Amino acid sequence: MKVIAYAEHWDGEFKKPSYETVGLAREVAQAAGAEMETLVVGALKDKDAALAELNKYGAGKVRYVADERLQHFVLLPQAEAVAQLIGEVDDFIFVAPHTINGRSLASRLAARYEGGMVPGALNVPTFEGSDLLVRKGVFSGKGFAVIRIRSSRKFVTVSPNAYGLREHPGHDMAVEEASVSIPEALFEKVKVVDVRKTAGKVSLTEASIVVSGGRGLKGPENWGMIEELADLLGAATACSKPVADMGWRPHHEHVGQTGLAISPDLYIAVGISGAIQHLAGVNGSKYIVVINKDPEAPFFQNCDYGIVGDAFEVVPRMIETLKNRKG
Amino acid sequence: MNIWVCISKTPDTTVKVQFTADGTDWVRDGVQFIINPYDDHALAAALALKEKVGGTVSVIMVDDDAATADPVLRKALAIGADKAVRVNAAPADALFVGTQIAHYLQGQTADLILTGRESIDYNGSSVGDIIGQRLGRPSVSYVKHFEVSDGTLKGSRFIEGGEEDFEAALPLVLGVSKEVAEPRIPNMRGIMMARRKPLEVVDPVEAPVLTEVVKYEPPKTRSECKIFGPDEVEQLIDALQNEAKVI
Repeated sequence: MKVIAYAEHWDGEFKKPSYETVGLAREVAQAAGAEMETLVVGALKDKDAALAELNKYGAGKVRYVADERLQHFVLLPQAEAVAQLIGEVDDFIFVAPHTINGRSLASRLAARYEGGMVPGALNVPTFEGSDLLVRKGVFSGKGFAVIRIRSSRKFVTVSPNAYGLREHPGHDMAVEEASVSIPEALFEKVKVVDVRKTAGKVSLTEASIVVSGGRGLKGPENWGMIEELADLLGAATACSKPVADMGWRPHHEHVGQTGLAISPDLYIAVGISGAIQHLAGVNGSKYIVVINKDPEAPFFQNCDYGIVGDAFEVVPRMIETLKNRKG
Repeated sequence: MNIWVCISKTPDTTVKVQFTADGTDWVRDGVQFIINPYDDHALAAALALKEKVGGTVSVIMVDDDAATADPVLRKALAIGADKAVRVNAAPADALFVGTQIAHYLQGQTADLILTGRESIDYNGSSVGDIIGQRLGRPSVSYVKHFEVSDGTLKGSRFIEGGEEDFEAALPLVLGVSKEVAEPRIPNMRGIMMARRKPLEVVDPVEAPVLTEVVKYEPPKTRSECKIFGPDEVEQLIDALQNEAKVI
């Protein structure tokens, strides 16, 4: 049995989900006494530095495909390249990040290899004989499930921000430049014609701190203080469903049962009452702070710290306090 | 154009999900089921496309409980789907469901297959890609907008930290996010017509189930909330820095 970590990169650069995936895979390999290899598909921008950083998390043996055409992720050629690297083995655990592209890749490979898959692992999976037990969130945060994978080929994707950054030093890095042969037609099937970055903003699913606003903020014009507080904390901004539905904020900021489920270290909810659908999306957070002028808001039954008070007074005070402390 | 929308039934978003005492299952008694919200958006996008370019919209679900699944399929028909198919098997996991749907659609004309981004019960977002792999077709996830002309689909999708625009030839499988179309509400005429539309129940194909839920756990509760007054912002920041150590 071997553990295969897929270190996704974004146009040649690793990010936190890549490191979390490698770290979790390393722990699985150690628990099983199995060998591990890390796959990197597509040209890296600063190869030596990037791989050295990746090895802090236990990458060890790296098989690297330095193909420029695979640098930007496109599913079909990427999946074909990964399958060629995996080859025809019967007994392995494939670990990829539970990112937008990572989960698609793992899903196609699970079907290709007829392997059981658990998407969105929250902890290091454990073994029961040769079965793997994986814990994941279900019902959009309203519960958790421990799921057994029975097949000999196993696929797991790692939920961002749940396992965290854990270094696993002491593994000598050995980089093998691997080559793959991808039929030209696979690049033609889905063509990416433009890529737009949401520049400089902290990604919501990866953020350690999230500042979120609800209807209590009264209108989109009042988001300035939410953004200022988020900037001071190095946080991402989010919002409740009604706020996204009214068009005050974009849908992709909506956290909750039908939006994003997030698990930051700190979630600050401003002017959000805490409906069950909203709680579902955020109860994976380590700490929750609620700021609401209504002491009866249900969110106060489900948080760690709270301030009963007007957001328009409390948030500016928080901004001032943080500025003072930063000097 | 023949469009297929893969839908699943999920507990209503307002349901507080309860688990059995031994944790091996969740309690379905008294639970109201709805079309998985993301699939509702997918269905609306399919109907909008049909209105533009003509063709049919069909829905398919893998479920073995007629009593709760068929009303959800009827609702999809009332919203405007032309035909519904239920593969009569318990939806064990994404690989099983994707395999069942792909097997059925192999014998159908399916120019475009849509799924919601994920289901709000299992939260996998795997089914679309599994169907794509099984049928040997491309699959594109997190699609927020698309249009079709002359057999080519142009769309945009979310990626980590941004968006990308893509083009692809049909046939194709898309997993869509909420931005793709606003869900539709059935009107009286739709509800009446839905009664006469076909709802076909088909047998599943033999397929292995490779995963199983060992146990369910409820989320942790946070009963001990430390409440500060509006003038105690300093104390809150202190707590976050020194007690929780998160800032």
